[in-house]
Amino acid sequence: MKNELNAIKEKALLALSECNDTETLESLRVTYLGKKGELTAVLKKMGGLSAEERPVIGQLANEIKGQLEARIEALKAEIGKKQMYARLEKEKIDITLDGDLKKLGKKHPLNTVLEDIENIFIGMGYKIASGPEVEYDYYNFEALNIPADHPARDTQDTFYINDKVLLRTQTSPVQVRVMENQKPPIRVIAPGRVYRSDEVDATHSPLFHQIEGLVVDKGITMSDLKGTLEVFIKRLYGEDSVVRFRPHHFPFTEPSAEVDVRCFSCGGKGCRLCKNEGWIEILGCGMVHPKVLEKCGIDPEVYSGFAFGLGLERIVMRRYNIDDMRLLYENDVRFLNQF
Amino acid sequence: MNLSLNWLNEYVDVKDIDVKEYCDALTMSGSKVEGFEALDEKVKNVVVGKIIKTERHPDADRLTVCKVDVAKGEPITIVTAATNMKEGDLVPVALDNSLLFDGTKIKAGKLRGVLSEGMFCSIVELGLTVNDYPYAVTDGLFIINEPCEIGEDINSVVGLKDKVVEFEITPNRPDCLSVIGLARESAATFGRALDVKKPVVTENGGNISDYLSVSVSAPDLCSCYRARVVKNVKIEPSPAWLRQRLRNSGVRPINNIVDITNYVMLEYGQPMHAFDYACLDGSKIVVRKANEGEVFLALDGTETVLNSENLVIADEKKAVALAGVMGGFNSEITDSTSTVVFESANFAGASVRKTSRQVGIRTESSGRFEKGLDPALTAAALDRACELITLLSAGEVVCGEIAVENYCKEPRRIAFTPDWINAFLGTEIEAEKMVEYLENVGIKYDKASNMLEIPSFRADVETKADIAEEVARFYGYNVIPTTLIRGTTTEGGRNAMQEFEKKIENYLTAMGLNQIATYSFISPKYYDKINLPCDSELRNSVKIMNPLGEDTGIMRTTALPSMLETVTRNINYRNSSAALFEIAKIYIPKENEYDLPDEKQVIVLGLYGEGTDYYTAKSIFEELCDKLGVKITDIASENNVSYHPYRTARFISGDKVLATIGEIHPAVLENYGTDKRVIAAEIDMEALYASAKFEKEYTPLPKFPASERDISVVCDENVFVMEIEKDIVRAAKKLLEGIKVFDVYRSEALGADKKSVSFNLTFRAADRTLSDEEIDGVMKKILKVLAEKGITLRS
Repeated sequence: MKNELNAIKEKALLALSECNDTETLESLRVTYLGKKGELTAVLKKMGGLSAEERPVIGQLANEIKGQLEARIEALKAEIGKKQMYARLEKEKIDITLDGDLKKLGKKHPLNTVLEDIENIFIGMGYKIASGPEVEYDYYNFEALNIPADHPARDTQDTFYINDKVLLRTQTSPVQVRVMENQKPPIRVIAPGRVYRSDEVDATHSPLFHQIEGLVVDKGITMSDLKGTLEVFIKRLYGEDSVVRFRPHHFPFTEPSAEVDVRCFSCGGKGCRLCKNEGWIEILGCGMVHPKVLEKCGIDPEVYSGFAFGLGLERIVMRRYNIDDMRLLYENDVRFLNQF
Repeated sequence: MNLSLNWLNEYVDVKDIDVKEYCDALTMSGSKVEGFEALDEKVKNVVVGKIIKTERHPDADRLTVCKVDVAKGEPITIVTAATNMKEGDLVPVALDNSLLFDGTKIKAGKLRGVLSEGMFCSIVELGLTVNDYPYAVTDGLFIINEPCEIGEDINSVVGLKDKVVEFEITPNRPDCLSVIGLARESAATFGRALDVKKPVVTENGGNISDYLSVSVSAPDLCSCYRARVVKNVKIEPSPAWLRQRLRNSGVRPINNIVDITNYVMLEYGQPMHAFDYACLDGSKIVVRKANEGEVFLALDGTETVLNSENLVIADEKKAVALAGVMGGFNSEITDSTSTVVFESANFAGASVRKTSRQVGIRTESSGRFEKGLDPALTAAALDRACELITLLSAGEVVCGEIAVENYCKEPRRIAFTPDWINAFLGTEIEAEKMVEYLENVGIKYDKASNMLEIPSFRADVETKADIAEEVARFYGYNVIPTTLIRGTTTEGGRNAMQEFEKKIENYLTAMGLNQIATYSFISPKYYDKINLPCDSELRNSVKIMNPLGEDTGIMRTTALPSMLETVTRNINYRNSSAALFEIAKIYIPKENEYDLPDEKQVIVLGLYGEGTDYYTAKSIFEELCDKLGVKITDIASENNVSYHPYRTARFISGDKVLATIGEIHPAVLENYGTDKRVIAAEIDMEALYASAKFEKEYTPLPKFPASERDISVVCDENVFVMEIEKDIVRAAKKLLEGIKVFDVYRSEALGADKKSVSFNLTFRAADRTLSDEEIDGVMKKILKVLAEKGITLRS
């Protein structure tokens, strides 16, 4: 019987070694280990054995059963693996083809850059103020120390609605509106559209965007103005930006300054971008003129402040190397998709 | 302002300073330099040559071969086609490898077999005109009649060894529109001495009162009028040095008298005028407002009709000048002028500005007056003009001066507050240093009274903040420390509406829409293009009085046309599809034109391209509403002339209309020249904001399973699915968790004007598993409610 068992084992192992699909494997399992299988048949005959032989043969039979079962399990796993691999191979795809996810839309570059700038100032404790675009002459000029027939009015060719109402030429009137409505401390920026009667060309537009800034509090100094704008410019253009403050004139600030950044393109040597000056003008600023504070009901002997204004279009154009301002208002999707 | 450095050096010696360094320093002290030009760089290697010998070219009748001494060893040979020279003449010779004004390079070369070692030049080739050299001709050689040496660089002979710096002077500093003003700034910038001499007038008999009387009848517009008379005038070209200075400053030389007025204006910044005395009727000058309708013919030929706001200089009978703007044709200096009246006056800036704009004449003079000049300047300028008369031997100055003065001569005084200035600037500058800076620009400090005396030419210095600026710009803006604001901290951030706008931008771009930016002014024709009825309220727009053109004539009351312009532009660019949005402002005028219009924000969508239809826009809007917590309570048909009558809807939340969404009417699209289908939406941002719910509350996840049922019902074609849904929801009460349409079906069997709509319904209770019987009961109720409306279960 021992020989019989060993013969079954040898036969079974041989058959298993040649098996490589699950169906054959199953039929082999039935053939040898099934209820009517060969091994079972041998075991059924164990009743005829002597008491000494029975445990020995029984142990051997169980050992062989265990071995065969283990072998079948291992083969099953192996065949499963092979089959999965074969299936995966059939599922091969061209990994370079495009998916059909709908593309994200793009914010307009003016809005993207504006949001960046807003966030820089929000981080420094500024709120965002706004004011009307169709504005009173008073707020756009008079309250900003630009009386009627002031020569500064010539440099800002104004669209008028009537003798008292105009399209604001600057965001500075928002300064006045904020100061009229809020007690210091004031820290705001006021972005928005402004209008000047410039014919459209690559660098001019009768409508463009400015961002006004205003800080009023006790003890605000010109060195604070410099520090604030330097932080802003370094955030916007990078920590290694070099900034200079140059005396200028605005009727509503005193002292006034224009702020230049060392040319990004040539590093100050002089090139086409900076018109050989080595510097690029980016904003105007100054200490709020005492007359303006007074007009807004703020005592210039107690409070001081600074203000600044920058043109958004020029910053956007420089950031993306856009050479024609008209592109910003043409809204060609081939342009918009680039941002 | 173009400043000749040669001229500048007469008042402050900056010859040793490199021009680039000079420009940078002046820019940083407040006089912005736009650029500079070395005048001798355009013409190079052209020297004075003396023609020694001329002979006919052996092979060309029209050419002459000249031997020319250029002080470089042996005489050189020049072949020329010119004919106006003779032996012994001095002429400009462009040597081999030379450069002419127009950029032409000259090299030695053979002309008909004879080697010419260069070329003779005319004044044109040197960049000069007959105004610069009245004795020269334009169609022949420049026969030099100037003190010069053979071989000398021609640039130095004609005064082009000079550099010109272009300044951009801010309007508050008209005093810097002059050589002396800029010399003062230069001296202060470099800490050097300023040397301005007081002009000396040499009077030569007669008495001005025998010649002229002056009256000013509009003292509010003329704070000072000075006049002097010059007799025995001989009109001729000015000497070369004066012509050169004018030319280098960008002013064309004309004749000695006119040149003197221009010279003094450039030097002092005070515009001057010269009248031909013989043309003054009644020997009188009257400064008066023009008569209504008075006709005036200006020097430049402009004829203009004046009104009573214009100030004129008149004689007994007629206006002879438009004050501060331009002289009259009737009293112009001519070659036959023998007696001249010099005017040095101060006119009110606002009046000059108004008149200049009205008549459309802008001059160097009006540009200066507009900015407000110092009345005290009139005296020195007039004296300087007379000094030049004597210097140029141009005539004899009659004794006496007429001066009508109506201005305050008391200088402005401002308290000196060094501590305040330091606190204001954030600096620690010593008081003595401040005084030094101030005195360098002519502001005197009186220690006893601690007051600063502001010179009359600095009308811009009014307050202690102005003093702080004077200190700051010479201390150096870039030396001022940089600090961060101390004091109260403030809460920054966007307000709720600003955050809302950002969210909308984010959601719409996430849904694939590109943001656009369009002009807020439009042409009134835009309203026609969207077929807006003639009596539409939207046509009532804020009008711009002085638009650039019709295209930008009014402020839009709807942003739809701007979107459609953009969409059709993209179609025309052959972009196959686009999905766009703009958060735009519209401007709704108030009844009273002096009230500011309502500036309302709207969101406009514009879409076209394959697979894009009304439902695309609808689902975008619904998704946006969902994200913003806006509940759409109703969708109704919308009648809007710009849109498709059957594919347009009004979206409503409670009592607020949120949006109009639809296909654009093909008739409108025809106006835009396209036959593509375009979908648009106009969303009222305020209504959206008012309907938005920002708080979110969590709903517990279901513990019990849901049951689904499908039903198909048949209804009339014109019944909206949404209406059926509402009925189902109402009938099902709270057990209905979800409802979805999965099919809309039409067939002959159903009959014309009928459709079948299939819904998938999901039922669920929070506290139990629903039994079939329970759901059956609900379904029965649903069908009953629908049946009441004639909607039946499809068999």
